[in-house]
Amino acid sequence: MTLELKNLSKRDGADMHIYPTDLKLERGTFNILLGTTLAGKTSLMQLMAGIAKPTGGELWFDGKNVTKTAVQKRNVSVVYQQFINYPNFNVYENIASPLRVLRMPETEVKARVGKFAELLRLTPMLNRKPSELSGGQQQRTALARALVKDADLVLLDEPLANLDFKLREELREELPKLFADRDCIVVYATTEPVEALLFGGSTAAMNEGRISQFGPTFATYNAPNNLTTARVFSEPPMNVATVQKRGSKFSLDGTSEWDANGAYKALADGSYQFGIRPHHVSPTNSAGAVKVSGKVKVTELSGSESIIHFDMLGNPWVSLTGGIHGFKVGDSEAFYIDVSHGMYFDHNNNLIRA
Amino acid sequence: MAKITLNDLRHSYMPDPKAPSDYALKKLDVEWRDGGAYALLGPSGCGKTTLLNIISGLLIPSHGQVLFGDRDVTKLPTDERNIAQVFQFPVVYDTMTVYDNLAFPLRNRGVDEATVDRRVRTIAEMTDLTGMLKQRAAGLTADGKQKISLGRGLVREDVNVIMFDEPLTVIDPHLKWLLRSKLKELHQRLGTTMIYVTHDQTEALTFADQVVVMKDGEVVQIGTPVELFEKPRHTFVGHFIGSPGMNIVPCVVNNGSVSVGSTALSVENSKAVSGLSGNFELGIRPEFTSFSKSGLPVTVAKVTETGRNRIVDARHEGRSIKLIVDADAAIPSEQAFLNFDKAHSHIYADGWLVE
Repeated sequence: MTLELKNLSKRDGADMHIYPTDLKLERGTFNILLGTTLAGKTSLMQLMAGIAKPTGGELWFDGKNVTKTAVQKRNVSVVYQQFINYPNFNVYENIASPLRVLRMPETEVKARVGKFAELLRLTPMLNRKPSELSGGQQQRTALARALVKDADLVLLDEPLANLDFKLREELREELPKLFADRDCIVVYATTEPVEALLFGGSTAAMNEGRISQFGPTFATYNAPNNLTTARVFSEPPMNVATVQKRGSKFSLDGTSEWDANGAYKALADGSYQFGIRPHHVSPTNSAGAVKVSGKVKVTELSGSESIIHFDMLGNPWVSLTGGIHGFKVGDSEAFYIDVSHGMYFDHNNNLIRA
Repeated sequence: MAKITLNDLRHSYMPDPKAPSDYALKKLDVEWRDGGAYALLGPSGCGKTTLLNIISGLLIPSHGQVLFGDRDVTKLPTDERNIAQVFQFPVVYDTMTVYDNLAFPLRNRGVDEATVDRRVRTIAEMTDLTGMLKQRAAGLTADGKQKISLGRGLVREDVNVIMFDEPLTVIDPHLKWLLRSKLKELHQRLGTTMIYVTHDQTEALTFADQVVVMKDGEVVQIGTPVELFEKPRHTFVGHFIGSPGMNIVPCVVNNGSVSVGSTALSVENSKAVSGLSGNFELGIRPEFTSFSKSGLPVTVAKVTETGRNRIVDARHEGRSIKLIVDADAAIPSEQAFLNFDKAHSHIYADGWLVE
């Protein structure tokens, strides 16, 4: 049982919102759409739900072409970033509303609402109106409503983005548990790489209306196929610079050199894009690290770690390390790159496999 | 520019407040030096916006004073306080050019055009808006518009303080990194007093020299980011700052000796605890918790990858204790023992650090 996008696309006049996309999602899976605002996450979800009509391609569900099936006839639940509840209904009736549409007997409605209210810790609030709830409780109500009917497809469009930091942390832990014993396909859109990593499952990295890669979340993070995915999947942003391969060495502007090991040894001489995540760049030396010098732009201290923004041969780079390192703005400092975690990309921005 | 003093400040939205719970803002005494970077941090409803409105003059407090330098401004309207504000949503005049948007606060106060031009160009340079000065604001992206808002907040030279109310909440994480470091850089270059209100610990800690942590209208701790991280004065601070927050573990103190279950422990505030007996709480951050050969017995329940490191959810008698370990560290499969770094183990009574 699957949801399948076959060459599915969406165009609005001259604007391509979604370029032709193929994607296959299996039942019982948690899938993440990861990308910045305007990457196309919401557009793609609307196509999956049938809220928006595609301008090309087909959508199949469980072996049936549902491209032209109305959204009401598909068994879909959606939760949005904004807390959307019926303001005049209390929490109980808000959660029960999808079941009322299905004309479910009252005893079953009661049992189901009770179960999901309990799961989302809303039992003491069942008689309250949404306006009497905190943001976290309002969003939990919306989540309960999305879960109360056995939807085949549950779409969660940045559901935690409007919540306080700590509430977000709490719900991030709870969310995957809610789907642990369900048979539906979950699609969760987020702008935050760390959220994708915490949920696990599979991730589709999105950029400018295209899926640049789809696969198991942690594997995608560790081995992005291309520079686009690597950039989408790095926070703070990935550090990128051009390196030269000459003989058995890589070099950054002829100053800092390191050995091209393993499969990289056979790589043709020339220039490549080198990517390194900020936590592999440190102001302190370690075995095998390559030294570069950078002009410090700003240092942010978070209590336990330092985030140092610096200029590395004209590229904006970031170092993220434990401990407190106070640097003066404008000073030239040494930074050490753990090149064993470096990634190399060719002229088409595709990853060169180690 | 001036030092800001909040003197015995309290506020209630009720006409006749009596109980402490009637106050949206409980007693607050604080002195902010000229040119500092400060953050007000706390969850929704903690009173931080109330405090911000009192400083900006939108609200007159029911008790206490607000001083700019030696001048009592408690009852002065906003426009006589010489302050600038940047809000959560960009406030931009869409039909105006970027230049005219930036010039607006100056022209509004009758500043001569030569000065306006000099200031607008300086600020545009700092906020990377130079190339867009002639564009209409309407065509800009969300972060471009928020840069205009920031620029407008910075453009006047004579302000006492610039206040930021959740300025990055609506900005994408990727751009947040850029704007956040930009703001920090601007503070270092301009040296204007800045007050930053947020519920986001990372924004507060990275921006401010000193952070005011608030909860239920009460200030629970004022300190540097390092102080808040290393020595939280209240378990709330320990929980709220850090991700995951500090572990809070019930413990027994017997004439100054601390134990969790049958495991004896050493703590940082042992002097303050000496002589005490009873049920207390041990606070230990996941960063200062590690696996060892002996110590508190636990079972490993779950391991989460964050890319940079791993968060381990260990259980002691059913209670969750979290550890942050290196991405490539070995993790015991089931039965394990935990070591708590003594220098970062603190004993709390009723939520407050025993001092």
